Amino acid sequence: KVLSAAHKNNINNIKAAWKATGGHAGERGAEALERMFLSFPTTKTYFPHFDMSHGSAQIKTHGKKVADALSNAVNHLDDMPTALSALSDLHAHKLRVDPVNFKLLSHCLLVTLASHHSAEFTPVVHTSLDKFFAAVSTVLTSKYR
Amino acid sequence: MVLLGERKRKDLSLYFLQLTRLLVVYPWTQRFFDNFGNLSSASAIMGNPKVKDHGKKVLTSLGEAIKNMDDLKGTFAHLSELHCDRLHVDPENFKLLGNELVIVLAKYFGKEFTPQVQAAWQKMVAGVAIALAHKYH
Repeated sequence: KVLSAAHKNNINNIKAAWKATGGHAGERGAEALERMFLSFPTTKTYFPHFDMSHGSAQIKTHGKKVADALSNAVNHLDDMPTALSALSDLHAHKLRVDPVNFKLLSHCLLVTLASHHSAEFTPVVHTSLDKFFAAVSTVLTSKYR
Repeated sequence: MVLLGERKRKDLSLYFLQLTRLLVVYPWTQRFFDNFGNLSSASAIMGNPKVKDHGKKVLTSLGEAIKNMDDLKGTFAHLSELHCDRLHVDPENFKLLGNELVIVLAKYFGKEFTPQVQAAWQKMVAGVAIALAHKYH
């Protein structure tokens, strides 16, 4: 399969941006969750059992889960539906998170990355990441109905 | 919010970037700026003087919002009518712009842009978006 130049650029931008998180992807995931719970309190309804205080072990663990899933997606950019199939099933049949919330988490992931990696967060990289998170969100909600 | 307000006076030039980024990240928003000249690439947009000027205009307006947080609907009543009757801008765009501003603030303030500070700004941009859409009919 031949990649267009624009598509290739997106792939490179996404991989480079994710690589820039270094060994801290899990922390970024946790921070994005914390930001989301604070800015968009309705998102907490999916986690009634969570300790929401800063530094909570549950948020740390869940942040790492989210980051690992995103790392997996980054490694399978051309094959996300297959790579994320199990997660897609989970969100459709068990978690049933309303689709609007994926945008909220995506936004907070962008805010987190912008704040920690401002030099790399150029408009073009920002665009690629925005598209990436939107694509992941689409895959995760693809089996909803 | 006060801390950022002070910083705002110092680094004013940075924040109009929220508009320029909007045009890059969500290219369909360019539909409102047909007469702005060259918007053909990210670098063209980032360097376009008309975009910069317009970003400053938007930013000045947001400055008014910060001074009048208790009456956003009143503050933006005239602008709301303008955006509906003359400019025909879908209010969805106000949300996009607000979130772009938050992201630009995160980029330039880094760690100072804590989750708590972000939450305050999200409330404000949401309020501005609602106020700007308030007079639509």
